Amino acid sequence: MIAVVDYGVGNLFSLTSSLRFIGLDCMVTCNKKELLNAERIILPGVGAFGDAMAKLRESGLEDTVKELAEVKPLLGICLGMQLLFDKSCEHGEHKGLGLIPGEVSPLAADIDLSLKVPHMGWNKLEIVRNDPIFKYSDNGEWVYYVHSYYAKKCSDYILGVSEYGVTVTGLVRSDSGMIYGMQFHPEKSGEAGLRLLKAFSEI
Amino acid sequence: MISKRIIPCLDVMNGRVVKGVNFKEIKDMADPVEMARWYSEAGADELVFYDITASYEGRKLFTDVLRAVASQIFIPLTVGGGINSLDDFDTVLKSGADKVSINSGAIKDPSLISAAAKRYGSQCVVLSMDVKRVGGKFRVFANGGRIGTGIDALEWAKRGEYLGAGEIVLNSIDTDGVRGGFDIPMLRAIGETVSIPLIASGGAGKKEDFLELFRYDRIDAGLAAGIFHTKKVDIRDLKDYLRGCGVNVRL
Repeated sequence: MIAVVDYGVGNLFSLTSSLRFIGLDCMVTCNKKELLNAERIILPGVGAFGDAMAKLRESGLEDTVKELAEVKPLLGICLGMQLLFDKSCEHGEHKGLGLIPGEVSPLAADIDLSLKVPHMGWNKLEIVRNDPIFKYSDNGEWVYYVHSYYAKKCSDYILGVSEYGVTVTGLVRSDSGMIYGMQFHPEKSGEAGLRLLKAFSEI
Repeated sequence: MISKRIIPCLDVMNGRVVKGVNFKEIKDMADPVEMARWYSEAGADELVFYDITASYEGRKLFTDVLRAVASQIFIPLTVGGGINSLDDFDTVLKSGADKVSINSGAIKDPSLISAAAKRYGSQCVVLSMDVKRVGGKFRVFANGGRIGTGIDALEWAKRGEYLGAGEIVLNSIDTDGVRGGFDIPMLRAIGETVSIPLIASGGAGKKEDFLELFRYDRIDAGLAAGIFHTKKVDIRDLKDYLRGCGVNVRL
């Protein structure tokens, strides 16, 4: 059973549909007991970093997510990945979960002005370090991104990147090998995304 | 670098995909779920799903059809038709849409753009514009191209961007369904006015039309219905052709 953390942000329809489509049991929950009983956890997220952290804290799930990350595979998607880092400077400085060293910065500050922000659309995911998460993937597969901020100062943890005026952190993993983050949306990345989700279900 | 996108558009009426010419002469084409699945497998980068009579008939979009499509298709899905309020946004987003396209609803109440962008993020708000030449000017039409608003298209595009729209779909009523190529002069006029992604719609008839379109670098995506539905143009062939011509596409 995969538990998708429900802390009041984001549209979870596609995520749960895609997990079910590849034959995985999943539930959307904010219940601590259900999260503790699940085999693995997905932390979704859209919107602003500060709001999302505040909601996670208010729902009493911040510590739960930190505890879970030590004992079972955890996948953060999009903003859910950004929350895994130490901090973000989206609309002021905000502390993250601190599960993976690094920080989240605006793309606009580091890329050419002619490039549009958000970085929205299909981009190639280049594998920079091999990992079981790529069990069913090839190098350079197309994945779908929608984001205006990206993770930096985390090079030791990067498994996959995409180029968009700067090298965008696409896929990260913690030292423990249990915590993954995907900046792109695997649930919106067609077959390539479904294969990454399948690999996560086998971590 | 991100690819240029090829987007089939499913105009839905009474639960079926239909296709018209110049927004009229509606013909029945296919089941939306089957067609969406087929496009997803054929390499479509995104799907647009319009309930074309929802706004005209003043009713809500069919969320049951949307749910059926969204539970089986794992590429971005934009939904439009009869979106007039934040509640409508909420309904379609919870039914599996990733982006919401607003047209007549935004003309009636432009603050819907800013309110939706604030609540769901700009990436979620697509301003769809039906535009036609009137007396040498580009004018915005409402209710599926039926009602002239007198609004200047360039000003409306600029205002939409300012209010927080994340993308613009420009439908040229003049070239819609005619298959004589996209309306490049109209697209250039809007492309020079806004800096958000611009999706071209209306007029695609052959592969070469997409090459001509993407030669203008301000265009992010090409949207079409008829030529894909009738299989006159196969998406994979089109992408092979575009890549051969140096256009960055997802294959």
